[in-house]
Amino acid sequence: MWALRNSGCLCAAWSWGRSRLARGTAGGRQTDQNPEWQLEEQKLLPQKKVTMELLDHLERLALVDFRNWEGVERLEKAIQFADQLHEVNTEGIEPMDSVLEDRCLYLREDNITEGNCTKELLQNASQTADEYFESPPDSLQKAAFCKLRCSFFAGENLVTGNIPLPKLEEHESFLQDSN
Amino acid sequence: MHTNYMLFLLFFSVAPWRPVVGLEIHAQINSNSKIFSGSQVQFIAPPNSLVSFFDASLPGTLPVLNRRCVEAAVMTGLALSCSINKKSLFDRKHYFYADLPAGYQITQQRLPIAVNGNLSYTFCVGAKQSQLVTKNVRIKRIQLEQDSGKSLHNDARSQTLIDLNRAGVGLMEVVMEPDMCCGVEAAAAVRELQLILQTLGSSQAIMAEGQLRVDANVSVHHPGEPYGVRTEVKNINSLRFLAKAVDYEIQRQIEELENGGTILNETRTFDYKLGCTIPMRDKEGKQDYRFMPEPNLPPLILYDAKSLPANIGDQQVVNIDWIQERLPDLPSVKRVRLVEQYGILPEHSFTLLNEDGLMEFFEDVVRETQMNPKKVIGWVISELLGHLKQYDLTVKESPVNSLSLADLLNLLERRVISSSAAKQVLKELCKGEGKTPLQMVKEKQLELIQNQSELDQICQAVMERHQEEVMEIKAGNRKVLNKLIGLVQRATERRADPILVKQILEKKLSQ
Repeated sequence: MWALRNSGCLCAAWSWGRSRLARGTAGGRQTDQNPEWQLEEQKLLPQKKVTMELLDHLERLALVDFRNWEGVERLEKAIQFADQLHEVNTEGIEPMDSVLEDRCLYLREDNITEGNCTKELLQNASQTADEYFESPPDSLQKAAFCKLRCSFFAGENLVTGNIPLPKLEEHESFLQDSN
Repeated sequence: MHTNYMLFLLFFSVAPWRPVVGLEIHAQINSNSKIFSGSQVQFIAPPNSLVSFFDASLPGTLPVLNRRCVEAAVMTGLALSCSINKKSLFDRKHYFYADLPAGYQITQQRLPIAVNGNLSYTFCVGAKQSQLVTKNVRIKRIQLEQDSGKSLHNDARSQTLIDLNRAGVGLMEVVMEPDMCCGVEAAAAVRELQLILQTLGSSQAIMAEGQLRVDANVSVHHPGEPYGVRTEVKNINSLRFLAKAVDYEIQRQIEELENGGTILNETRTFDYKLGCTIPMRDKEGKQDYRFMPEPNLPPLILYDAKSLPANIGDQQVVNIDWIQERLPDLPSVKRVRLVEQYGILPEHSFTLLNEDGLMEFFEDVVRETQMNPKKVIGWVISELLGHLKQYDLTVKESPVNSLSLADLLNLLERRVISSSAAKQVLKELCKGEGKTPLQMVKEKQLELIQNQSELDQICQAVMERHQEEVMEIKAGNRKVLNKLIGLVQRATERRADPILVKQILEKKLSQ
């Protein structure tokens, strides 16, 4: 039950937390509120100091700005919390990803059952244009993530780099031609 | 590229560079609905109309796997001689991009659905492209994953607009080992894969609609040395551009290294207008996708005849053996059959398979005519395709159907018309006026003169008018006979059967 993957403590903790939630919704057993094992503070790995490089990297991955004392402190606590998992004895136990892994994966028939709810979907968006979601303009993103030194969205971004995106006019004339 | 490279070696005789090309191909699965949601898959639709709450990544939604997508991947894996993993796993690959609302893509990183396959492909070499070369490329893996949405840029208002219609469409990513060495090979391998996918129906694989997208990994090194640093040319969506991009990239890397430069491990894109690859400013340092197991999807378990469980409903079982038994004939098998059954040349079998419906057209014509298939193939490939190309039509749009062509070839075969008359009729038929070949022949009075005595008289008249030639032939100059035949042809407006004319003339000359 407590077997965990060795790859990266944060990742393992995340995965474990999510699976527990998922099982809860699937109507499974309750989580053990009173675990038999106990933590021995002194046995924990020495607390890691978060370097500026690591902070940089995490900010970029998360697209969240938390470079202040409060943020760093919270991060260090989170790491320490996750490090507890290293204390669990997993000797001879086969690693698992999820408590669902021995369940059958339900297969759906290939039928169209959803869609046609553009209005409802766009209600949630802060900015829209016609039937499209609108991604924040370049300048806004740069202001928001100015510390990140790289801009992720429109124009200059991770995937398309400096390659121009397809043009709206071309797309729309395409749509019209097809009607 | 081949020839350029050879010339390069010939004139400069330096240590040769060996190019290495590997491909990653994304094929959109041909299904009604998306891989993890029940929204429709369609290329053209109003923006954001084919989007479910799950596709838009609204909280509280969960993925539900589409059985059809699993079957399509298994089918494709089997057709590429892969081993199918009876247990495969789903993972999350994280990256931030506006058209990926969840912030991650569900894919199969740790344990994909199929591994270790093989694809055999053939391409033409030689000055006249007449020699066929067949090669193999190993398939490393096939994984199921989600497609992303589309970003569109509105220049006028400098907006970036997001359409999620494509978000969540099922993809099969086919990863090939770096077993190729030039653009022609890469394009031929992708073309064969495309034909296989279309035969299986697992993907429509229409490149122009982005249903088949290719990333090419290219490096060069000296034989005997380790592989060079590779670059990745992303998102190529035409076979022609693939060949060009790969060859350009090979040449660029060789030149860079020859000039003492180094190759960066970078992502590039092919600019089809400039005909070159250019770097994409993407990776600041190494990208960290933070792969993690997808917690909402248990492992995907497949079965075979032996492991088939008794207690699970048919709806929930994907049986590998069942799919294997129902695989259609693959293009390679069809080509071998065509060559064996009809005695046609291997390169003609490639032409027949290269266009949707052409093989069926050819076989229909063969079935309806007494003409030898070896002759029929010429009429289909050289004559008919030539005309269709002129009108920019596909075989399926051909104004001449297979029955009509068979009728025409039968007229030729029964010596009702000459071969040149048949060509003339075919050309007319391609204009699509809806006349039958026989009507056309009658209208234009193209029938060969069948009446022996009529021909006899014409030959006699020609001989009398050309006594000089007759004397020459009688003196032993047989070449002049052809001139006489030509004269008879002219006198009959080419409606005389040349073989018959020759016989008559010879008989008369020997008297």
